Amino acid sequence: MLGSYSEAEYGDFQRRLILLRIGLLLVVALLALRLWHLQIREGAYYRDLSENNKTRQVLMEPARGLIYDRHGVLLANNVPSFSLYVALDEVRDREALIEKLSDLLELDPAFIRKKLGGKGGKLLPRKIKDRLTLRDAVLIESHRLDLPGVMIQVESQRNYPGGVTASHVLGYVGEASAEQLEKPEFSDLHQGSIVGQYGIEKSFDRYVRGQAGYKRIEVDAHGHEKKAVVVEKPQAGNDLYLTIDVRLQKLAEELLGREYGAIVALDPTNGDILAMASRPAFDPNVLSRELTPKQWAEIVQDEGRPLNNRASQGQYPPGSTFKVPMAVAALESKTVSPFSTVTCNGGYQFGNRIFRDWKVTGHGAVNLHSALVHSCDVYFYTVGQRMGIDLMAEFGKEFGLGQSTGVDLPSERIGVMPSTAWKKKVKKEPWLPGETISVAIGQGYMTVTPLQMANLIATVANDGVNYRPRLVLAVMDRITGNLQELPAVPRGKINAKPETFRLIKEALADVVKVGTATRAKSSIVTIGGKTGTAQVAALRTGPEESIPKKFRDHAWFIAFAPVESPKIAVAVLVEHMGHGGSAAAPLAKEIIEAYFKLTDEQSAGTTSAAAADRIGATSEPL
Amino acid sequence: MINRVTEARGFDTFDLRYIGLIAAILGIGLLSIHSVTHDQDGGIAPYYLKQVAWIGVGTLAFIIMWAWDYHTIARLAYPAYAVVLFLLVFVLFEGRTSKGAQRWIALGPFSFQPSEFAKLVLILVLAQYYSKAPRIGWLQRVIVPGLLMLPGLLLILKQPDLGSGLSFVAVYAAMLLMVGVRSQALGIALLFSVMLFPFVWEGAWGALHDYQRQRIMAFVDPSYDPSGKGYHALQSRIAIGSGELMGKGLFGGTQSQLKFLPEGHTDFVFAVYAEEWGFVGVLVLLVLFVSLIWLSLDIASKAKDQLGALLAVGIVSMLCFCIVVNIGMTAGMFPIVGIPLPLVSYGGSATIMSMASLGLLLNVKRRRLSLFY
Repeated sequence: MLGSYSEAEYGDFQRRLILLRIGLLLVVALLALRLWHLQIREGAYYRDLSENNKTRQVLMEPARGLIYDRHGVLLANNVPSFSLYVALDEVRDREALIEKLSDLLELDPAFIRKKLGGKGGKLLPRKIKDRLTLRDAVLIESHRLDLPGVMIQVESQRNYPGGVTASHVLGYVGEASAEQLEKPEFSDLHQGSIVGQYGIEKSFDRYVRGQAGYKRIEVDAHGHEKKAVVVEKPQAGNDLYLTIDVRLQKLAEELLGREYGAIVALDPTNGDILAMASRPAFDPNVLSRELTPKQWAEIVQDEGRPLNNRASQGQYPPGSTFKVPMAVAALESKTVSPFSTVTCNGGYQFGNRIFRDWKVTGHGAVNLHSALVHSCDVYFYTVGQRMGIDLMAEFGKEFGLGQSTGVDLPSERIGVMPSTAWKKKVKKEPWLPGETISVAIGQGYMTVTPLQMANLIATVANDGVNYRPRLVLAVMDRITGNLQELPAVPRGKINAKPETFRLIKEALADVVKVGTATRAKSSIVTIGGKTGTAQVAALRTGPEESIPKKFRDHAWFIAFAPVESPKIAVAVLVEHMGHGGSAAAPLAKEIIEAYFKLTDEQSAGTTSAAAADRIGATSEPL
Repeated sequence: MINRVTEARGFDTFDLRYIGLIAAILGIGLLSIHSVTHDQDGGIAPYYLKQVAWIGVGTLAFIIMWAWDYHTIARLAYPAYAVVLFLLVFVLFEGRTSKGAQRWIALGPFSFQPSEFAKLVLILVLAQYYSKAPRIGWLQRVIVPGLLMLPGLLLILKQPDLGSGLSFVAVYAAMLLMVGVRSQALGIALLFSVMLFPFVWEGAWGALHDYQRQRIMAFVDPSYDPSGKGYHALQSRIAIGSGELMGKGLFGGTQSQLKFLPEGHTDFVFAVYAEEWGFVGVLVLLVLFVSLIWLSLDIASKAKDQLGALLAVGIVSMLCFCIVVNIGMTAGMFPIVGIPLPLVSYGGSATIMSMASLGLLLNVKRRRLSLFY
């Protein structure tokens, strides 16, 4: 019958089921036997294999993007170097290894111990030292058998062919610190990853950093590499083209020479920083290396503070250069007319105190024009007193004083534009009327950075239209090859009549022609500018030479050229060099003349200059 | 002649033992899946949670297959086979490709593998065929059922999915063995040749050079071992062997935790388990499996009719085949073919299919009455 057993079939079926059971037991017994063989008889062998047959993940550091100047001159690249790594899981006797390594490489054992204890998983090899000399690398390789877990990797090392040139702009790189690794923006980094620590290297780090890849290395029981599989290729960072013209930059640095100070040159029509020099400088090649604590202490404790970018981080009283925004404020607030005069007899009495003019004999009757040309203090004491501190502060802020310029450098300082509110907040004291008078000539609480002053004079030169000072012109995408030019960033316009700027620029041109800055007079281009002398010590007696240098005044000069349609704006600050007219103005002239000579050369169209003008066309060595 | 009374009994101690065994094996699977994937991103949820969800669906399938009279289910065998064949054709054209083989049909965020379900349907088809058709001569005993199996087999091999294809053949062979071939001698010969298969295979296979094996395997199943050189097989063997007697403990398996072992949560989950729980753990799992199969064979032998007996035998032989081949391949006895370990490996289709099969088995047991002849 369908669907049911016959008795014979049933019996047959049951017999076959029994056979099936026997067969099953036999097969399972075979499996168990096999597993017993693997796990018990050969278990120790396989355990050994599993312990030695470990993969080691090795990071492949990306090549950082290159940095060029505006004409394609190479400022930062990468060179191969040897780095020493230790794979922790293969180290059997850590102390013995530390001892051997410190003997071979003459390193402090405590330093190696600290490096071995760095953050990261057990499988991530620790970087002990980079920039090994060839001798050291060979030495390690030849002792490889005695140094289980030690590896030499060829990595790319940041290199700055220009040495100290533009060091404050470029910055330097270094291993990500433990604190940095905690931050979310560095979440994809590891101990030993190189990141920008200063300058453009830091502020544009995420452009130039690239992406690390890794490979997997299989090693045998003796730590020998058997097979390397690249799991993820490293991705090079993007290249940067800076707004800097390295020829102007080098000139600015040479002009400062051994003096401390800063020079900033920018293009008023778009905010491009053509040169930004700060002296004393540092060699980024040295700082990008692993420094010993002693080396580091030497740099940090250096009295000249070479790591300080005086252009964007140095805060100085603006001195008489502040008379430029004061003049705009005075006209715009209708505190004075262009023709109203003040009589200067060498001093200004306020209460029972006399504020002196720099010219003891006085300037006589001065109007706004002559007050700027000869830098009459009494005129501005008077104007300042009439305007009051808060109105001055309002105009100062319009010109970006006491505020960030937004430059793409880390840790920009913003100086102080004092006001009653500021003093109440910061000093917890009420504003004293006499303090207004000091601020009127850029002294007192007031401080500015050279970059702020360059930006200020550029704004005046550009009739009040202001751009964010910028250092990066374009970014070249390494993957797509696209050159992305970054647009200039307008930051608004100062609300003042064109007539005001015209009057002030005329006066500033006369400062150079017949005023306090005749040493900036140029035969090839008309220059307008304003000198400044920032007092360091309040009490001054005797001639300049008798004062110790660290109490001498800072020399300022801010300038633009040509007066008719400005193409360049410059701020020069030289510390402790006295008068702006003598110490700072000639430097600004040199920069401006060099700029026009260079542009003339380029527009004359010599082949090399024309080629260099095209971004990225050449990368001539520095 | 039997009185076709269908009796639906409640649970007895037998059922509880049966379900307890299934639960224990599923638990071992979940533990191993979690151990090997705890630091991996499983997509919408961790792998072990997804597996819990699959087990949930599997439980539903188990209950349906248990509750519904298997005679009714078997009557749907041919239509179901037609649907499966359609899906297998569909997957060839529209399927999702993974690791060089086109096996999956995407359903929203999930994808399912029709070849897994094809196995259960094939059991139903063959059981239905043998219990209904007059079995006279070779043609009806061997050739016709072979032809029934062939389209499904070819479609599965075309994917290519060697593992499922072999299971297909195994189910067919088991059916032949139990009722297809008449001669007991032949049956015994077949049975022993199956049993000796590992040794024959190892002998023949072992005589080949690595690169020869690799070429052959690349031909039949390119999805495994893309880097070649028997790397995965070796890693699996090292994982199992290094577990030694007591294992390295949960999360302690370096081979699997370091991602040395490929497919640690799916086809090689046994190696993960063996590495972490050692030979002792392995014996526990083997005992659990053997007990489950033992109970299943009891169901087969006490089935009230031939359909039930054949269904039980088909299911048992499929499970046996998968267990033996999977453990055999991870232990380096067989070449690596993609067969998951039933109830242990991660995977929706396989888990649901295994649980549905076991539900059907319990169904056979539930409807048995003392047999009349």
